[in-house]
Amino acid sequence: MASFDSTFLDLGRLDNLSYNDTIIHRIDPRAKLLVTVVFIIVVVSFPKYALTSLVPFFFFPILMAYLAELPVGFLLKKLLIVSPFAVFIGIFNPFLDREVLVHLGSFDITGGWISFGSLILRFVLTVGAALILIATTSFPGICNALDRLKVPRLFVIQLMFLYRFIFVLTEETLRMVRARRMRSFDKKRPGIKQFVQMVGLLFLRTLERAERIYLAMCSRGFDGEIRTIKRLRFTLRDLLFLSLFIMLFAVFRFYNTNQILGNLVLQVFR
Amino acid sequence: MSHHIIDLQDVHYRYPDGTQALSGISFRIVHGEAVGIVGANGAGKSTLLLQIGGTLLPTAGSIRIGEIVLSKKTVKEIRKKIGFVFQDPDDQIFMPTVFEDVAFGPLHLGWTLDNVEQSALKALEKVNCKHLKDRPPHKLSMGQKRAVSIASVIAMDPDILVMDEPSSNLDPRSRRQLIQLLNTFDHSKIIASHDLDMVLELCERTIILGEGRVAADGRTRELFSDEKLLAENGLEKPLSLQYQRLRVAK
Repeated sequence: MASFDSTFLDLGRLDNLSYNDTIIHRIDPRAKLLVTVVFIIVVVSFPKYALTSLVPFFFFPILMAYLAELPVGFLLKKLLIVSPFAVFIGIFNPFLDREVLVHLGSFDITGGWISFGSLILRFVLTVGAALILIATTSFPGICNALDRLKVPRLFVIQLMFLYRFIFVLTEETLRMVRARRMRSFDKKRPGIKQFVQMVGLLFLRTLERAERIYLAMCSRGFDGEIRTIKRLRFTLRDLLFLSLFIMLFAVFRFYNTNQILGNLVLQVFR
Repeated sequence: MSHHIIDLQDVHYRYPDGTQALSGISFRIVHGEAVGIVGANGAGKSTLLLQIGGTLLPTAGSIRIGEIVLSKKTVKEIRKKIGFVFQDPDDQIFMPTVFEDVAFGPLHLGWTLDNVEQSALKALEKVNCKHLKDRPPHKLSMGQKRAVSIASVIAMDPDILVMDEPSSNLDPRSRRQLIQLLNTFDHSKIIASHDLDMVLELCERTIILGEGRVAADGRTRELFSDEKLLAENGLEKPLSLQYQRLRVAK
């Protein structure tokens, strides 16, 4: 169960990153959120067999990670943790779709393998972009941006409370896990019965805490609606960031960038 | 301003499970007074505070804050007058950043945005935490959390501060800073605590609770010197008073 400790610390590390101060961190969260959403939509919108045309899109996450001074290894590790989901979705493609589409020398590549590869690329791009957004924008900032972009209040409030209390609750869980581990010498993992008991206890504690928080909210004038004070300023720099990247994505999407780049290189060396 | 009076008359409270927590409590706290409420575990301190905060309503007897008698209808009015600081800052601070949390109260009292921002900043400055305003609460130390939760209450400009164990879980220096901070406030204060030394420093008057009744009500120094009274109520003489006696004996 030592993994629980490290998961908790990883969560904290991602959160810490978002409070750094770099060019990217200083951009208005709305601009970053919009760019990321557009990026994801564009990447997903490619046809099933798109492979090479996706490659230029790596420019965005790489540039962002570089400018924001993010630890790339750490982000890749996070990607790897969730990768099984993508792999399992696409794993049967090569078996179902056996039509040969490309001949590479004596190798025949079937449509299934290409669509599988395309899926993996999309996964890396989209989840990577989302991770980078989280690592470059403080969570309250993202909530604030969502609110300003007219996402329903209820969802935003849920996210705000999630962020506020996930650390409190994980810490509480951590204490329980440690206390159990210290008194169970031979068994590394709790049996199913113990596990259920611990989850039940955690649930009860959470319920009690929720009640106390509700009281605290009531005693400060909560009347069923949460209002927030918003202080965001959309500057020219943010506008530039937003429009440049969206234009870039449009170019990547509608022109064959590889071919253009290739021609350019050929012309230079001719 | 003589209307910040808290007046309890023969307050009884029985929990739904049948536990009789309070059986006949009466006292009167006038404007500007700082009163400590002490007593052994289970003496009824927390229940009493919840009554004053309007969370639980007395099963018999009455509570009056200023001119208003506490009832279901007046709870909202009463909560505007009372700033309640909970024991666990993780319950008290529920917004994702310090500033948003401190601004929550004023915002929900319907103040204008300018006023909200001003009073929130002023409150943070008062507790010396202005530099923390954009931090998320989970990145604060316990002492900072406590200070912020006090700021979130004084931002609403309450008449009366009610605090449950304000010095719990604090290291000695944070505790000292808290005491100095609370000493600068001229609100009426009600402080429930096991930290008798702190009560001695902050409150001229103390109410000792025992088994749901007022066991004693008087000047803090006198009550805390009465070893028999303290022992009967599961308390001990504060260290600072014990030390004084030793010095005299030398």
